[in-house]
Parts: sequence; C-alpha cells; structure tokens
Amino acid sequence: MYLQMAWRNIWRNPRRTTIILLAIIIGVWNMIFLGALTRGMEAGMIKNGISTLTGNIQIHHKDYRTDPVVENSMADPGAMEAAIERILPRGARWAGRVRVNAIASNARNSSGVTLVGIDPEREAQVSFIGQAVEQGRYLMPKDMYGIVVGKTLLDKFGTKIGHKLVLMSQDMDREISSRAFRIVGVYRAEMAATEKEFVFVTLPAAQQMLKIDKGISEISIILPDQQDNRRTASALKDEFFDDTYEINTWRELLPILNAYLKLSDGFMLIWYLVVFIAMGFGIVNTTLMAVFERMREFGLLKALGMKPWWIIREVLLESVLLLLMGMAIGNILSFLSISALSGSGIDLSSLAAGAEYVGISRILYPAIYVRDVVIANLVVFVLGLVVSTYPAAKAGRFTPVEALAHT
Amino acid sequence: MHIVECVDINKTYHQGKVEVRALKGVSLAFEKGSFVALAGPSGSGKTTLLNIIGGLDLADSGRVVVDGNAFDKMNRSQRADLRLNKVGFVFQSYNLIPVLSALENVEFVMLLQGLPPAERRKRAKDILDEVGLEDMYDRRPAELSGGQQQRVAVARAIVSNPSIVLADEPTANLDSSTGKGLLEIMKQMNEKKNVTFIFSTHDNMVMDYADRVIYLRDGMVADDRVKR
Repeated sequence: MYLQMAWRNIWRNPRRTTIILLAIIIGVWNMIFLGALTRGMEAGMIKNGISTLTGNIQIHHKDYRTDPVVENSMADPGAMEAAIERILPRGARWAGRVRVNAIASNARNSSGVTLVGIDPEREAQVSFIGQAVEQGRYLMPKDMYGIVVGKTLLDKFGTKIGHKLVLMSQDMDREISSRAFRIVGVYRAEMAATEKEFVFVTLPAAQQMLKIDKGISEISIILPDQQDNRRTASALKDEFFDDTYEINTWRELLPILNAYLKLSDGFMLIWYLVVFIAMGFGIVNTTLMAVFERMREFGLLKALGMKPWWIIREVLLESVLLLLMGMAIGNILSFLSISALSGSGIDLSSLAAGAEYVGISRILYPAIYVRDVVIANLVVFVLGLVVSTYPAAKAGRFTPVEALAHT
Repeated sequence: MHIVECVDINKTYHQGKVEVRALKGVSLAFEKGSFVALAGPSGSGKTTLLNIIGGLDLADSGRVVVDGNAFDKMNRSQRADLRLNKVGFVFQSYNLIPVLSALENVEFVMLLQGLPPAERRKRAKDILDEVGLEDMYDRRPAELSGGQQQRVAVARAIVSNPSIVLADEPTANLDSSTGKGLLEIMKQMNEKKNVTFIFSTHDNMVMDYADRVIYLRDGMVADDRVKR
C-alpha cells in the first residue's frame, strides 16, 4: 500500500510531476547522449591515432624516437620478427617500416614530408593506407619507383598520377640521397594533415635509397580488440631484454591524445554534475512545494502513529518512483537518439579544419559504453535521492499539532 | 481503574510576545467505556486538552496516563507507538488520506500496526459495514459526502481496537441529521466495544448524547456533570 500511496501521490498534481519528470528525462538524456558523442569522438581519435601509422604497439631502436634518423634504424630485424611471430596473440598483425623525414619536390613545388617505406601486403593489414587509395593503384611488392601520395599533397603540388616526384633524404653514409618516383596512387585520409605529410614507397625502394640494407625504422603491431596492450608490450620487453630496442604502447606514443582522454573523463564527470545541479534544484524545489502543500496530511499521518522515519521513507519513495520513471524514459530516448545517429553519424566537415587539428574524425559516430550509462544513472539516482532527503526530512519534522493546524 | 488520568495539567502557548495559558492545573479522570463531552467556549482549552490526552502535544507540567502509559516519560517514537495502538482520532475536518479509498483509509492504521493484508481487509470491511458504508469501499474521500467521510474517520479510529477515541468537534461541519446519525454510530461503538470516547464540542446534541459533560472555561474545569 505504501507504494500505491506514493504512486497516487505523485499523480495528484500531474503538471508538477510532468515538470520534474521532464527535468530528469532531459538530464539523463543529456548525460548519456552527449557522453556517447564524446566517447564516439574519443574512439575516432584513438582509431585515427592507431591507424595513422602508430598501431597498438611500436618497436624502435632505442634512440630513434629522440632522433629519427636512418642511423637509428634497426639494422637486422630478422631475429626480432621471428620472436614477434612467437609472442603475439592470435589475430595480431604487424609490419616493419622505414620512416624518415624527406623533402618532396617537383618542378614547381617542394615540401617537407615523411617518407614511409612499406611492405605493401603487411602494411595493408596494419594501417589505413591499404584501404585508402582512391585514385590509381596501391603499391606492388616489387615496385621500386612507384609512390603513393595524399590528395592534399597532390593538389598542393598541382601534379597528378603518372607524374614524377623527387624525394631527398639523408642516407646511411650521411649524404643526401635522392630518387625520382612516379606517382601511382593517391590516397585519402581522415585528416588533410595526414594526406599532406606521408608519402609511401615500397620497403626495398626506401632501403635502397637510404642505403640501409635490411634495416627498418620501426615495427608497428595491431592487436585484436580487447587485447591488453600493456601485457603484450611487457611480454615483448621481456624478450628483448638487452635495451637495444624501445617498445611503446600507443598511449606512450601519442601522449597528447592520452592526456586528452584522461582529461575527457574528468570533463564528463564535471558535465554530469553541472547537469545534475540544474536538475537537482528542480527536484528539491518541486518536492518541497509538494511537501508544504501536504503539511496537514503529514500531521494526520503522525497523529495516526506514523513515525518521522516512516514519513521520510514515504516522501523518498515518491522521489524514487519519479527518478526511476525519468531515468527509464531518459535512457530509452538516449538509446533511440544514439541508434538514429549510429548509421550516418554527424558530419563535422564544416568544422574539419579545426577538428582535425586535434585528431577528430570528419564524421562523428556516437559510442555508448555500459560504464557511462551506469554512471549517468547512478549520478541521477543517488544524488536525486540525496537532494530529496531535505524535503523528506522537513516532512518528518512537522509536529502533528502545527501540521494539523496548517490550512 | 481509569482509562485516562490527567493530573494538574498546565500548558502555555507563546504567540509572538503574548503568552496564552491554555490549561491551568486541569485534573480529570475518565472511566473505561465512558462517552464524555468536553464543552466550553472557543479558547477554553478543549482542543489543547484533547491533544495532550492523545499525545499530539505535551503538557508543560502535570501528568497524563493513558491505559497505564504516562506520556511525559516517553520519547517521540514511543508516543507515536502509543497513539498507533491505544488512541483513535476523529477530526473536525475529517482528515482522510485523499489518495486512498475508504477501505484503504481504514486499513491504513492496521498497515502501520503490521497486521497481515487479509486480516486488515476483513476488519476494514466489517467496520465499514457497521458504519453503513458497505457500498462505498472503493470511493475516494472526494467522492464521499461530509457525513460519509466522517463515518470513514470513525471506522478508522475504531478499527484497531484503541483504548480511547478522541474526537475534536466531529459534528461541527455536518448538518444536524447527519451529525445525529454519526453520534448514533459512535454511541453504538461505545456500547458494543466498550471504547472510551472523549469529544470536544460546542454542539448541544453531542452533549445530550454524552454520559458526562465537562465544562472548561479559561483553561480550567468549570463544571463536571455525570448524567447517568
């Protein structure tokens, strides 16, 4: 009967109940939906970060990251590649690369680029480039003079497929080495900055040009989903104990992204609290109004023998029902909004220049995590109950005589 | 043995800077099964005395004992327990719980007492039948007339077999024939269940029904007449 009474009480003033419910629904929807957009943005940033030649784990010569020159290449990666094959979990993929700074030029333009020498077959399974070629063709394994460039660089140089592009970089003898490549393909990437920066040639072509024989600059590893990056990195570190190599996870390789993700969790919590404070004032205000309106009734309940705690419990039960209803509708609305956007996403093209600067994808897909949904609901429910205790305690404190005298 | 004993009750209210002495050394005793009217003009202390006997308010000094339990020695929770189990209330303005039906209003006190649902329902229906509301179980207070609401209030007061029922001007908002009907019901309950009824009233009809009328004036007992 207590539950029945609470349910009927909350519908005594439907307009007021609707207002509180709307506040809770909007609050919950807001938390979950905006949370999902934030998580989607983060997931896009991580995906971009990992697929743009980072991978989950990278292995370098120990000095390469501080001074990325050819001298700091891994001269004989054969033994290491065999060990990687042995240690990596099923489903993991890896590729070795040469990566050095270079100058690209044609008859009219020149620009600083990153020359990436790749094994076309392996690389296609590790980074974005395998699926990114939109014009022309991808590299062939024995392509010694073919080059794939980004659309933005192509436009900037005013060149096209079939034309030549000269790359210059310092070789192993510390001499400037150059080679003319023919543009065989043009790729598109999530970010224009990527298209401008990276040019791809085959691994043998890069090794020959830079005179590093079998040497490579890095090995990039992609792990299956849900695989613990740190555990695999740690297993690799145990294998290569001699400190010749440095093994890093993407969190270490992309410190700005890592810091942003950590900050983002904090921001989300602050956002939850801001939304809740606005909602909490609504709950306290309307519940307090309802309590004062029913002051005489609380006096009667006390006169009949209800103890203060039972009255507090009754008012809290009404709040629980309101919160549960609001949360249920808020959750359903957020799931509907998220599912409506999950196919097409939100096109951020008009903001792309600004967005890509921080690694955000052009199209934002919301991503929903159980943990975020649970936290949003817990924040609303627990804090909702906490703020309801004030009007509930007020109701419990009325003395029967003063409450019954209230008109 | 007396079911209610009041010894030298004093009560003063403070209205701003003004002190109002509502009761001045009132001493009364009530027999079990009596039907007593507290009469007197407005401000004479009738409602204050009723509230103190029912444990809704505390006396500044003096002693109230209800069925062997002294209120002045109890904390708030114990007083609530005593009200729940020993005292029934009927108020001038009915004071039913608006969201509950007549049957649920009567059941509510037994719910607080922790009685099982089947027993609650049976006893509530029986008592509503006794007060002539057998067709009104599911009606909410707003769907009942004043007289019907007051009969539900009487049923609620009596259903848990209290030692006393305190009724604060129960007929004040009713026309005379409805008031008479209500008094008949209460008198029947008084005789049938041997429950003590104490009324505060201005109504001569209530005083006619009472077997004892106590007149209060300026917070003191001015007259105390036992009629039969």
